[in-house]
Amino acid sequence: MPTKLLVDCSTGAVEEIELTAEEIAQREADAAAAAQAKADEEAAAAAKQAEKEAIAARLGLSAEELSTLLS
Amino acid sequence: MANTYTAIATVTVGAGGASSIAFSSIPSTYTDLLVKVSARNTDSANNWYLLKLQFNSDTTGSNYSYRLVGGFGSSAYSSSASDRYGGYVTSGARTASTFGNTELYIPNYAGSNNKSFFSDSVTEGNGSSYEILGLWAGLWSSTVVITGITLSNDAGNFAQYSTATLYGIKNS
Repeated sequence: MPTKLLVDCSTGAVEEIELTAEEIAQREADAAAAAQAKADEEAAAAAKQAEKEAIAARLGLSAEELSTLLS
Repeated sequence: MANTYTAIATVTVGAGGASSIAFSSIPSTYTDLLVKVSARNTDSANNWYLLKLQFNSDTTGSNYSYRLVGGFGSSAYSSSASDRYGGYVTSGARTASTFGNTELYIPNYAGSNNKSFFSDSVTEGNGSSYEILGLWAGLWSSTVVITGITLSNDAGNFAQYSTATLYGIKNS
């Protein structure tokens, strides 16, 4: 069972607490949402890179020349 | 120059790992707070993991925002978002016993303005691939005093020997 650590700064006491079923479900939902957001971001970055390379090709530039211009 | 730099509390994750590390009942007697985190994730599916922040009991992502500049390999990057992230955590896929490091600075945490924070974070994998670093400038849109800070990951758990230390800072 996953646990969380709770540190009471007024006493210094550290408590290890098991997650509730609701907390576990929320963590799983958050992780799925984060994975989807990351996939969406990577897809957008890949699409943007493809668009840049297409423009470079129309201009007769190589990938290296494009990279130099954009750096 | 700070005249007071006090370790308020520290915690080390045990053998079973931990989903989160939470500092509660933070005294309001300091001017600024600093959290130093050394963390590794138990999971290995991702190249790195994001350090997730929570102030007090606020888990609403839209109440948080950040702007990030960083480096990965030979590339620099920048991004911004409304979400609760403020650092990186080394993946469980990296060389054993390597941990990412984050310094999270929160000025005027007990003031009556919205709470800004600054984070300097880097993963560490003993020179293997997928090392990443970032400088985060963030904002928690709340004017209440920060009495609690919770750290977690975007996925997975903190691995054994991950640590977090909360420091209180003031100029007197």
